[in-house]
Amino acid sequence: MGYKVLIGLEMHCEISNTKTKVFSSARNGYSEKANTNVRPVDMAFPGTLPVVNKEAVRLALMASMILNCTQPEYLYFERKNYYYPDLPKGFQITQETKPAPIGSFGYLDYEVNGEMKRVRINNLHLEEDAASSDHYSSGSRINYNRAGVPLLELVTEPDFRSADEAVAFLETMRSIYQYADISEADSKKGQVRCDVNVSIMEDNLDEEDPKNWGTKIEIKNVNSFGGVRDAINYEIQRQIDLKEDGKYDEMPQQTRRWDEDSGTTIYMRSKVDAIDYKYFVEPNIPKFKISKEWLSDIRKSIPRLAHERKEEYMNKYEVSEYDANILVKEKAVAEFFEKTISLGANPKSASNWITTNLLGQLNKLELTIDEAKLTPEHLAELIKMVEDKEISSQQAKGVFTESLETGKSPHDIASEKGLKQITDEGEIVKVANEVLDEHPDVIEQYKNGKTNMVNYLVGQVMKKTGGKANPSLARDVMAKEIEKR
Amino acid sequence: MSYMDKTIEDLHEALVKGEVTSKELIKESLEKSHKVQDECNAFVTIMDDAKDVPVTDELLSGIPYGIKDNYSTKGILSTGSSNTLKDYVPFFTATAIENLSKKGAVPVNKTVLDEFGMGGTGTTGHTGVVTNPWDHTRMCAGSSAGSAAAVAAGVYPYATGSDTGDSIRKPAAYCGIVGYKPTYGMISRYGLFPFASSLDHCGALTRSVKDAAIVVDGMKGIDKYDMTSWDSSNIHLYDSIDGKVKEKRLCYIKELCDINMYPNADDELKAHLENFMRTIEKCRELGMEVTEESVDSTLLNAIPSTYVVISCAEATSNMSNLTGFIFGPRADGDKWEKKKKNYRTKGFSPLIKRRFVIGSYVLQSQNKDRYFHNAQRVRRLIVDKWKELFKKYDAVILPVGTGPAKKLEGSKDALDKNTAVLEDHLQIGNFGGFPSITIPNGFVSNLPVGVNITGNCFDDINVLNIAYALESSMEYKNQIAREVK
Repeated sequence: MGYKVLIGLEMHCEISNTKTKVFSSARNGYSEKANTNVRPVDMAFPGTLPVVNKEAVRLALMASMILNCTQPEYLYFERKNYYYPDLPKGFQITQETKPAPIGSFGYLDYEVNGEMKRVRINNLHLEEDAASSDHYSSGSRINYNRAGVPLLELVTEPDFRSADEAVAFLETMRSIYQYADISEADSKKGQVRCDVNVSIMEDNLDEEDPKNWGTKIEIKNVNSFGGVRDAINYEIQRQIDLKEDGKYDEMPQQTRRWDEDSGTTIYMRSKVDAIDYKYFVEPNIPKFKISKEWLSDIRKSIPRLAHERKEEYMNKYEVSEYDANILVKEKAVAEFFEKTISLGANPKSASNWITTNLLGQLNKLELTIDEAKLTPEHLAELIKMVEDKEISSQQAKGVFTESLETGKSPHDIASEKGLKQITDEGEIVKVANEVLDEHPDVIEQYKNGKTNMVNYLVGQVMKKTGGKANPSLARDVMAKEIEKR
Repeated sequence: MSYMDKTIEDLHEALVKGEVTSKELIKESLEKSHKVQDECNAFVTIMDDAKDVPVTDELLSGIPYGIKDNYSTKGILSTGSSNTLKDYVPFFTATAIENLSKKGAVPVNKTVLDEFGMGGTGTTGHTGVVTNPWDHTRMCAGSSAGSAAAVAAGVYPYATGSDTGDSIRKPAAYCGIVGYKPTYGMISRYGLFPFASSLDHCGALTRSVKDAAIVVDGMKGIDKYDMTSWDSSNIHLYDSIDGKVKEKRLCYIKELCDINMYPNADDELKAHLENFMRTIEKCRELGMEVTEESVDSTLLNAIPSTYVVISCAEATSNMSNLTGFIFGPRADGDKWEKKKKNYRTKGFSPLIKRRFVIGSYVLQSQNKDRYFHNAQRVRRLIVDKWKELFKKYDAVILPVGTGPAKKLEGSKDALDKNTAVLEDHLQIGNFGGFPSITIPNGFVSNLPVGVNITGNCFDDINVLNIAYALESSMEYKNQIAREVK
């Protein structure tokens, strides 16, 4: 028997692009030393109060708009009460779905293996992150730098049918957060964390009817997209095995956790033991009216996202879809590309240099594009030099590599190496005549019909100029000058 | 010659004229502190090293005062009268106290309260029972018990208080002094140990209405650390007191004030209500119009339970930061959960634990709508009813409690069904965030009793003016406790 899979995601992403935390004036930054970005409120000293960071709300509302959600008329926050060592207040300030969170009932179109899909968004809410803890055999250490960092939690409907779809969606979201300047969305910095819901049902049943859905299993704390893929695939197989063994019906609704080391999901608690978070409206934050004007300002300020840029690159600059996809994959690359062409470089050349040379070499050097010593200015200069025939394409490759290694400008590299082409026709005429004077025998052969001897003579011009003469110009000149003999 | 029994205005004049120095006032206040500590057990800390400050144009400059021990004070023990914080020395000062310091006010002691403000007897602080300076066999009421006892005993002209249900206004009445909590948000709560955030108010205990206005002028102001605070820089309470109350309209509530409502009334209640009616006559003599209003008893009878549900729910969440890890004495235990449990079990008094249980119960998902949400609905109905009254009247005037201070011996914190609403109606002022002041209005059984005036939000000046006019027509202004036994 075949099975259908229903997958839903909860994606937590830190908003990294605010100066301060969401309810605290401590710096919001990935750092460095433990417990340096901390204010009294982050450690819940008695008498401290939360103060909402408007910029975090602005960015959250922007995300809500991009996800085609409805925005609330009034902003509320709620307390989610539970004890945990990384939660100093004993509650997290978050948003439950009543009253309305920062975004409700939206959708997002995303691409998976060349096909467009749509996922429904149940809600998006703004909350504070907990502190982070490191566990040692002798005890644990808590770092409050992360306590109070703004966090967006996005909850999808169970619309994914495969791990590929779920991961493609997550990659699209990461790109959105990056392009909208909301977050670096860097899993390595722990900025993105996911919970995954997986259930299976028999293939012939109607998936529109929730009665046909299987038992929902929630997998907590999956901290990389690769982990999401593996956890989903593991869980699907685990549930299918239970079906095949006839044990599926005994499986209670439960929460499991993804164990990266063993590549398995491990039982945490059943639904029956779910924590009652005793939500209630945070009384220290007065309800805040979100004005239509503010919303419209935010909507206008949404930066161009990856898919918009991709279309522009293809339609306006005639970049191939394959290359356009590469250019928009990382925002920094797209920015590099756009900066280069804004400096007057030919878009197709810029695209070629970036997709075939730059990214490959950076990959070898294990650098990001922001860390590259070669700047858009350098690349634009190099493209111009080739266009103006100052250097040959062959030479350009060497100059490019050196610029990437040293950060020197292509002009400086070319002149240091004496690479500049001789494009002055008068000079080439002079050299051509010197060559002709030295080879009366070749002129003789030419006159006798061996016209391809011109190639030999051009070669001599190149030799005499140390390869600097522009080859096509040298050919033209030689053809003319030999006729004069 | 003693000074600490004088009003702030008189003390300021004496300081400016050079009759006395700030240093001498502090010395006298500290001496009286030690005396009152022996008699009433009113203080957690006496600051024997308090330093004098230069006398300026500010009325409060150079004058000693007391701070309720649930205000965070940098470098000074701040316990909330709880074993859970018995050694806690904060590294930041509450905004209201900072504001007083800017005016040159000199704190000389920290006063005892019911543990974290959660009590109405002054008997549950970790340093023991506070006794009433008029009669040491009686209570001061609470929770601002130490502040009320000290001001009444003439330790200084004022002390700060906090008021979640009646914690300033009830002790003021029992001690024969003035207790004023202004409109919610006029004084920042930053640095006040929270009990129930939506009901908590800062305020002052003094011996005259003008002094109350001076002190709150000194404490108030918008604060970037408290989002519920508002800008009152155009409100000058002290300067606005002119005593003009002709044609002001007051009302009292028949269901609370009519002796016929209490078939089992004892002599003290009878005398108290008769005395109240004499005060009403005084109001009329002053040219005010006083009307008897009727309010549905069902609504009035819901006040105490509404208060219990909301305040306990918020309290259990607010005090979840008390785990003994970041601050407070860390308890023993092999695991984190065990340490936390031991700290809370040993640290909190049984009364508080009972309230935490109630708070958790009413927030549990299966109970939340029935209790917590219904309590919020009733709170809204009560506030709407009072707002309706404020459309017709400048203020509501009501007796405080059922008579004078209760005996310590044999008193229970449990509610007497018949008189519960009369004991607890001051909570309406907290439900609505209304400005509310209690002043002494006579004696029952040779002990002081009080009357309360409550007005609409932001109408503090009106409330103070009515209280001032009434105070001026009676002989209890600036009275010092005379021991009756």
